[in-house]
Amino acid sequence: MSAAREQILSGIRKALGRGPLDETGLAPIRQRLQGHSRHIIPARVNLDAEGLVELFISKARGVSATVEAVADMAAVPQAVARYLTQENLPARLVQAPGLADMDWSLAPTIAARSGLAEEPDEVGLTPAVAGVAETGTLLLTSGPETPTTLNFVPPTHIVVLRRDQIVGAYEDAWDRLRVNTLLAGRQPRAANFITGPSRTGDIEQKIQIGVHGPLRLHIVIVEC
Amino acid sequence: MKHHPTSAKFPSNARTALADPVLQGALRNLKKGFPVKRAEVVADLPEFEALRDVARDIKDHTLNHLDAYLEIYEANVVRSGGQVHWARTAEEACETVMTICRDAGARIVTKGKSMVAEEIGLNAYLDTRGIERVETDLGEYIIQLRDEPPSHIIVPAVHVTKEQIGETFRAAHNGLDPNRDLSEAREITDEARDRLRQKFFAAEVGITGANFLVAENGSSIIVTNEGNGDLTQTLAKVHIVVASLEKLVPTMEDAMAVLRLLARSSTGQEFSVYTTVSNGPRRPADLDGPESYHVVLVDNGRTAMLGTENQDMLRCIRCAACMNHCPVYSAVGGHAYGWVYPGPMGAVLTPSLIGIENSGHLPHASTFCGQCEQVCPMKIPLTKMMRHYRNQAYASGHGSKISRIALGMWSYLATHPGLYRRVMKIVARGLRWFAGRRGSLSRVPLAGGWTEMRDLPAPEGETFMERYRRERGRGPGQ
Ligand code: SF4
Repeated sequence: MSAAREQILSGIRKALGRGPLDETGLAPIRQRLQGHSRHIIPARVNLDAEGLVELFISKARGVSATVEAVADMAAVPQAVARYLTQENLPARLVQAPGLADMDWSLAPTIAARSGLAEEPDEVGLTPAVAGVAETGTLLLTSGPETPTTLNFVPPTHIVVLRRDQIVGAYEDAWDRLRVNTLLAGRQPRAANFITGPSRTGDIEQKIQIGVHGPLRLHIVIVEC
Repeated sequence: MKHHPTSAKFPSNARTALADPVLQGALRNLKKGFPVKRAEVVADLPEFEALRDVARDIKDHTLNHLDAYLEIYEANVVRSGGQVHWARTAEEACETVMTICRDAGARIVTKGKSMVAEEIGLNAYLDTRGIERVETDLGEYIIQLRDEPPSHIIVPAVHVTKEQIGETFRAAHNGLDPNRDLSEAREITDEARDRLRQKFFAAEVGITGANFLVAENGSSIIVTNEGNGDLTQTLAKVHIVVASLEKLVPTMEDAMAVLRLLARSSTGQEFSVYTTVSNGPRRPADLDGPESYHVVLVDNGRTAMLGTENQDMLRCIRCAACMNHCPVYSAVGGHAYGWVYPGPMGAVLTPSLIGIENSGHLPHASTFCGQCEQVCPMKIPLTKMMRHYRNQAYASGHGSKISRIALGMWSYLATHPGLYRRVMKIVARGLRWFAGRRGSLSRVPLAGGWTEMRDLPAPEGETFMERYRRERGRGPGQ
């Protein structure tokens, strides 16, 4: 191992006035890492499923995302088509391969392609792992079915979120991911917590929505 | 260009800043902006105070077991397919980054905002070795084009007006249509977006900092609003994370507890737009993401702070609440502090990292009003630490000669009560007489440094002891 590594580690131990931790010293650390014990969770998320959905929607709108609810997956293509028309956007999009069974024949004006996003793609459509009611935050992960570029490259990002994916706190969302990860055997490369469209306050501290990431974040909540 | 520390010249830097009307306007905005929004979102989270204790304990626990957590963290990075490089010094860290860039055949390197990169002088290092470095945070990009150091750790270009930014873009952006309107923030933002797009796709290497490193799974976490950090790390072939040792936390739950404080304390948002957890390079079947993932772990003086009275400063999460609420920062801005870290956190961290001899005045850049401590989400005892550095500066002879003589006289007087009372009677009446009807003094002998930028309210003419005797004579219990 590198000399720098050894020197830094021994410097830390010297500063802390001890040698490397033995098994007894390491036990509480191992326990902490495996226990995943939570700290304080804000009481605002102590709600039933209905309440969480309402909180999620109001928080997401509060950070300039737009939200609509539809009855089922079959209603998504038309909802997307309506949204694109209403926003004066081209009827073209790139969707996550994970959404392959979306039936675009229900919205024949839309030209949908599956894959990653490149310039000058205008609209990205993705699923999410969870919606966090606490702050109206989405959790998305990378994977062959869900390339990360879809979340960041196109100026418009549309997210399909099932109602039963809405949870209270970040920790709840991460637990869902942990379960998925255990099934897949590996954590995804990227996990993106997304709260509203991109923004900056860098010019005279005035908030501008839409910088490098999307200018529009539209969330379609599917009831069942 | 390399920006050399000028922290030792704080008084003259401050004088220039106080005379700069543009800067003063920006600082007034800052004072009205972030602190107000922070107060609102803090009021909306009743658990905020309790979370501050939690956050302090998380970091203290991690720092006290830092060696063990670092080893576990490293093993988990390797397990996820990444590499960890340890760097003792700024030089070592820069060399490591440069070697990775060379191996990747990098010509263009995009970079997200990273305070530790500023600290180690990475920008100048890359610039002088043939790398085209592109800052992708809008504020950082603006000051890169203007060749200035950041003046705030969250909004680095807070001192620049939109007119100045428009001019800067016109001068720097080749082929820019002279008729393009750059008068408003919206147009400026769009122009920056267009320019930087091309760079995101062209870059071979993307460099980001980290707000957290997570031992549990070997992830790094960055928090941004613009999405630049995500494009930086997703589109380049190689992702380099530059992070100092103290960014470590044990678990995701620990990171989340601190995340509940970070954006609220910083910009007054409940949560930043993008909180990104990165874990190694792209997986075999992934369609995008970097092919390799490197973490450069920077010590650069951190281990020397461990186990000393400076250890508490290693809890800092660089939220900037302390400077947003500091009357001294609000008066002089970030550049006056002369190095990477301004405000109260800079007044403590700068002497820890570059030595008190290079930053002698910074611990004095405080009125000890204690606002910074009140708002610091990590409960860092900033004023106590500044006092410690003041003592150290005094002991090692870095104070001014006049203040040394004055303090010497004061301590003699203070330990001789009879003499003290007699002298104070004369001084109080004398100052009252000098002040005349204005009631304040704009100049006091031996205190020119103090009165140059402010007035001293004159005493009433009576000393406290005199008044105490008089009032006691008619007190209720007597
Ligand atoms: S010292 Fe505290 S308030 Fe200041 S930047 Fe660090 S964590 Fe934030």
